[in-house]
Amino acid sequence: MSSSGSTLTERGPALEERGPGPVNVTLSVNGAEHSVRIEPRVSLLDALRERLDLTGAKKGCDQGTCGACTVWVDGRRVLACLTLAMTCEEHEVTTVEGLARDGELHSMQQAFIEEDAFQCGFCTPGQIMSAVALLGEGHGDDDDGIKEWMSGNLCRCAAYPHIRAAFRAVRDRD
Amino acid sequence: MRPISYSRATDAAGAIAVVSADPTTDYLAGGTTEIDLLRQNVLTPRRLVDINELPLAGIDDAPDGSLRIGALTRMSEAAVSPLVRERFPVIAQALEMGASPQLRNMASIGGNLLQRVRCSYYRDAVSPCNKREPGTGCSAIDGFSRGHAVLGTSEHCIATHPSDLAVALAALDARVHTRGQDGEQAYGIDDFFLTPDHTPHREHPLQHGELITTIEVPTAPVARRSMYLKVRDRESYEFALVSVAGALSLVDGTIADVRLALGGVGTKPWRAHRAEGVLLGASADRESFASAARTEMSDARPTTFNAFKVELAQRAIVRVLETLKANGSPA
Repeated sequence: MSSSGSTLTERGPALEERGPGPVNVTLSVNGAEHSVRIEPRVSLLDALRERLDLTGAKKGCDQGTCGACTVWVDGRRVLACLTLAMTCEEHEVTTVEGLARDGELHSMQQAFIEEDAFQCGFCTPGQIMSAVALLGEGHGDDDDGIKEWMSGNLCRCAAYPHIRAAFRAVRDRD
Repeated sequence: MRPISYSRATDAAGAIAVVSADPTTDYLAGGTTEIDLLRQNVLTPRRLVDINELPLAGIDDAPDGSLRIGALTRMSEAAVSPLVRERFPVIAQALEMGASPQLRNMASIGGNLLQRVRCSYYRDAVSPCNKREPGTGCSAIDGFSRGHAVLGTSEHCIATHPSDLAVALAALDARVHTRGQDGEQAYGIDDFFLTPDHTPHREHPLQHGELITTIEVPTAPVARRSMYLKVRDRESYEFALVSVAGALSLVDGTIADVRLALGGVGTKPWRAHRAEGVLLGASADRESFASAARTEMSDARPTTFNAFKVELAQRAIVRVLETLKANGSPA
């Protein structure tokens, strides 16, 4: 990793260039700081799964169409497959592993179990990260809203009715 | 995915200088197009300059009633802005009918305008494609072209511009402000997008390294009751087969002002000037609406698989005008 002490004031070609070989990157994930050595091309999804052993976020399509890799960056749901890990330096990443508190599942995780909201389970971490985000975004007042605002998470088992039931259960409880 | 190097820009001038000086360096904003197509080997930058920290996000309310939307404002942020929703509902609707909530949290307004086409032959990095590799031919014209354009096409390319936002902006005479090595520029939205003609690889007039800074939406009272209709193969999270951005103002049953732009049918976001010409001053009835729609689509050049769009677009135009008429004119 090259370094330049005055990149803030310099203009033009002095802009610090990192890579293409491995560089040291600090990621804050679920409240803990991690140092990883990765190439700049590494996606947040691969960094989480392959380097930090956080395999909750799933690689479905790897091209931004399925939502299985949904995580939060600074509290907003995004797709980890289309996010470069390096762009997350100085930002806070939250994965499905970060939802439970003191060994107790998040109410949405519990509701997915109670409402049988998955079959194969591959899309479930992404569904849950989207569903919890949607609670805060406030578009899930009726089933049409839930359908529209959960449309970025595909479920090939078509567990959608039960996913909506799990969402409603938490929405109406909280 | 090919190796890349990475720089994080801390000031716009520095970023512009670096990218302008190096054809192998691209900007990285939301990344929803750039990283996708980098992984598919369709885009092949050597380096990315991350501009997400530049102070180009936010929406300003100008005294004349226009809005200035910062290029790094995310789609989701622009869509919830009360200023946008009140003055230009067609923009908020177009934004919220595009992509998915996750992608809308990532994708920037400036990047949305520069997103690349969804033509599968362009995206596969292998097929002949004049947009990706000038001179190799167009695989879509005699290929699978269900999603492709019928207006503004050429014998070299028939890919549809995929942005919903750009269709709304086309209806509203938006202006795209940029900053480059030669200073600041402003482009009318209709001049910002190019039809393919003989150079389908040129989609806009920007120089390499010229950075979109702001989208300006001029004041338009007619837009307060504007709307966006999007017709697609599934109900959500899908690109348009046909879309219509519209606004209508009536005085005593006569059309005093009208805005119409089409998505899903044009090689660029398609301002329906000819339809507007038929409608202005005409009586606001179904006959006028159908006549305007027919006029706009009379030059359509469909392929085997997308001929349905010619009729579908006319019906969508008429439906938008009927809906706007029923909703009443802006006060």
